[in-house]
Amino acid sequence: MTVCNACRYCEQYCPVFPAMEQRATFAKADLVYLANLCHNCGECLYACQYAPPHEFGINVPRTLAEIRLESYEEYCWPAFMGTAFRRSGIATALLLAAAFSAILFVATFGQNPAAFNQAAPAGDFYNVIPHVVMVTLFGGVGLYVVAAIAIGVRRFRREVGLAAPMFNRRALRDVFTLRHLHTTGVDCTSGEEARSPWRRWFHHCTFYGFLLCFASTSVAAVYHTVFGWFAPYAYTSIPVLLGTVGGVGLLIGPAGLLALRRQRDPALSAGQQQGLDESFIALLLLTSLTGLVLLVLRNQSVMAALLIVHLGAVLALFLTLPYGKFVHGIYRTAALVKFGRES
Amino acid sequence: MPEPRQEYDVVVVGGGNAGLCAALTARQAGARVIVLDSAPRPFRGGNSRHTRNFRCAHAAPTDVLTDAYREEEFLADLNRVTDGEADQVLARLLISTSVGCPAWMRQFGVRFQSSLRGTLHLGRTNVFFLGGGKALMNSYYAAADRLGIRVEYEAEVVGLNLRDGQFTSASVQLHGRTEEVAGRALVVAAGGFESNIDWLREVWGSAADNFIIRGTPYNTGRILRLMLDAGAEPIGDARQCHAIAVDARAPRFDGGIVTRLDSLPFGIVVNRHAERFYDEGEDAWPKRYAIWGRLIAAQPDQIAYSIVDAKAAGAFMPSVFPPMVAGTIRDLAGMLGLSGDRLEATVAAFNAAVRPGTFNHAALDDCRTDGLTPPKSHWAQRLDTPPFVGYPLRPGITFTYLGLRVDESARVVMTGGRRTANVFAAGEIMAGNILRKGYIAGIGMTIGTVFGRIAGEGAARHVDR
Repeated sequence: MTVCNACRYCEQYCPVFPAMEQRATFAKADLVYLANLCHNCGECLYACQYAPPHEFGINVPRTLAEIRLESYEEYCWPAFMGTAFRRSGIATALLLAAAFSAILFVATFGQNPAAFNQAAPAGDFYNVIPHVVMVTLFGGVGLYVVAAIAIGVRRFRREVGLAAPMFNRRALRDVFTLRHLHTTGVDCTSGEEARSPWRRWFHHCTFYGFLLCFASTSVAAVYHTVFGWFAPYAYTSIPVLLGTVGGVGLLIGPAGLLALRRQRDPALSAGQQQGLDESFIALLLLTSLTGLVLLVLRNQSVMAALLIVHLGAVLALFLTLPYGKFVHGIYRTAALVKFGRES
Repeated sequence: MPEPRQEYDVVVVGGGNAGLCAALTARQAGARVIVLDSAPRPFRGGNSRHTRNFRCAHAAPTDVLTDAYREEEFLADLNRVTDGEADQVLARLLISTSVGCPAWMRQFGVRFQSSLRGTLHLGRTNVFFLGGGKALMNSYYAAADRLGIRVEYEAEVVGLNLRDGQFTSASVQLHGRTEEVAGRALVVAAGGFESNIDWLREVWGSAADNFIIRGTPYNTGRILRLMLDAGAEPIGDARQCHAIAVDARAPRFDGGIVTRLDSLPFGIVVNRHAERFYDEGEDAWPKRYAIWGRLIAAQPDQIAYSIVDAKAAGAFMPSVFPPMVAGTIRDLAGMLGLSGDRLEATVAAFNAAVRPGTFNHAALDDCRTDGLTPPKSHWAQRLDTPPFVGYPLRPGITFTYLGLRVDESARVVMTGGRRTANVFAAGEIMAGNILRKGYIAGIGMTIGTVFGRIAGEGAARHVDR
């Protein structure tokens, strides 16, 4: 950082460098803030006259990625979950999904073995798992997840010194457009002069896909509780349309991000980052894939089994949200808000 | 693996800004081009890797330049720093061609900073490369690859087959053996000799051992020497170089921009005897920037120390190295390895000579000393507020001016005035035609870009005939 501050050639790439220039020394709070402000676009590594093998060995994207990773672990609640999850990878995420599915399966089979023998279940999920069970289960998990994330965010904000409210217009615009992944109008890079818009587009697919799926569930909840319109809904209904489009986005986006990750210059990322990134991506993929298959086959006899696998995946996804890659979106937003306020 | 003997239309020696501009221009004109760079790939780009901007004339504001910087004003600025010694024909050619350079560069994917922000107040006269010179070179190399220019790294040219001003081939050490690379035209763009300590020693004596080379270690002047030995006419003085004050703790080579120190005008500068030796407040940036390297080179052991007090904190760009900080002048002297008695005496004499004034770093203010030798004519403030801060300084050479004489088509001129048939020069190796001394920010890259293009065009035209 001292080298960066004495050089400043990168100052127009992204907010990290102007934010750095406002600081003469770099305490932990500053580093955590800068690390979460970085979008890992890669430009500053390839432009750096001090990058390895220069004796100064400056690699800003990797250094910030390492700090960022530590920050995810440090501020999450409860802390041991962060440690456990960092050590885990794709396998643990999938195991978790399988375990939840198995529990649901056993529970359902114990209560209602006939659910698995319906010739034409007509998409009635609540016949497999009663509505009240679903609401209780997911409501409970949801509350826990929201609380855990809220505690993490509070710790993060206390560390970097960010007062409420946690949004401003500029930051929201930056978040929704991923503006800093197309620095000064050009896309982020994964090697010298290897810029492409794909990382941004796949991220958009993932992010908006996630939002649409969330919207789908919310609309369905309103239908159920307010209007008394019970599932299953028609293929042309709003919840199914939102869920389908979102699900497709969540299929394309994470798959693309996974593929890009594998091609990306390893110099840009922190060593132990892979498990965290890929387990989140894997659970998103599993969720969207099982969700879409379930939608197509909801009138077939496999519906009950598919439903349970899907719900297992969703449960695993939810429970790991506070400890996985998901928090990057929240911490980055917080950092962008802080940047917006400082400049 | 290349064949032992290869043939190209245009052989470009040197893979910096000038070399790549020449190669790209020649390739666009249809020539088969090879670029030979002596550096390994991560250090390609010569000194251009450490640059940041280039000076560019323009008649109206653009997206990358504010206001207007007319050609006459550019020429006047150039003539002022060089005391009118610049070749006026080449200088005018340089300046008029600079106008079209941003557009020309953009076709190769070069990106610029917007003119609205920036650390230095040069938004009117200089275009800044987004990310700096290494990013610029990355763009050029990627374009060279797309256009089918062959680039060889770690390719050291050890001999030039050059008779009567006619180039036929170059001997190149490549992949551990010597190969002959033939070409119908040659562009030399291999920089100066600033990283050749032996050559510097010939010129500066043992003082050269204490010089820090700010840029690439690969500018050994080998091509310059080969060309001079082949009868090319030298231009400029071997003693002339661009040298600034850098932190004495800087690495011997390649420290680049972060080793420079801007603290000098805020305090005093003393030598190893703890004595002041030059007016620290003589002139504004950037002129003062470029004189201190030579001043320190003339001091015993080529070392000096910048000393400021707490009032200067935050007023200058931070150095990459931590400052020496002490509560008293005597303690600071101890940290810097200077005599405490003498430094206290020097500071006391300076403080006593400071006249009251209104400090203004942005202008030549009225804070000066009275009855002191040497005086400090501006920004003189007492050193009285602890903690006191010191930095050790060495001369940091950016580049050398000795070069090859060229004509307006960038063709190398032989001693006696005859022009070579097919040898062109661009960049630092011929910058002496325009800069025999002095410097203005960003002009090195302008020379490289403009004469690189002219050399590439000339080389391709020669091949075409």
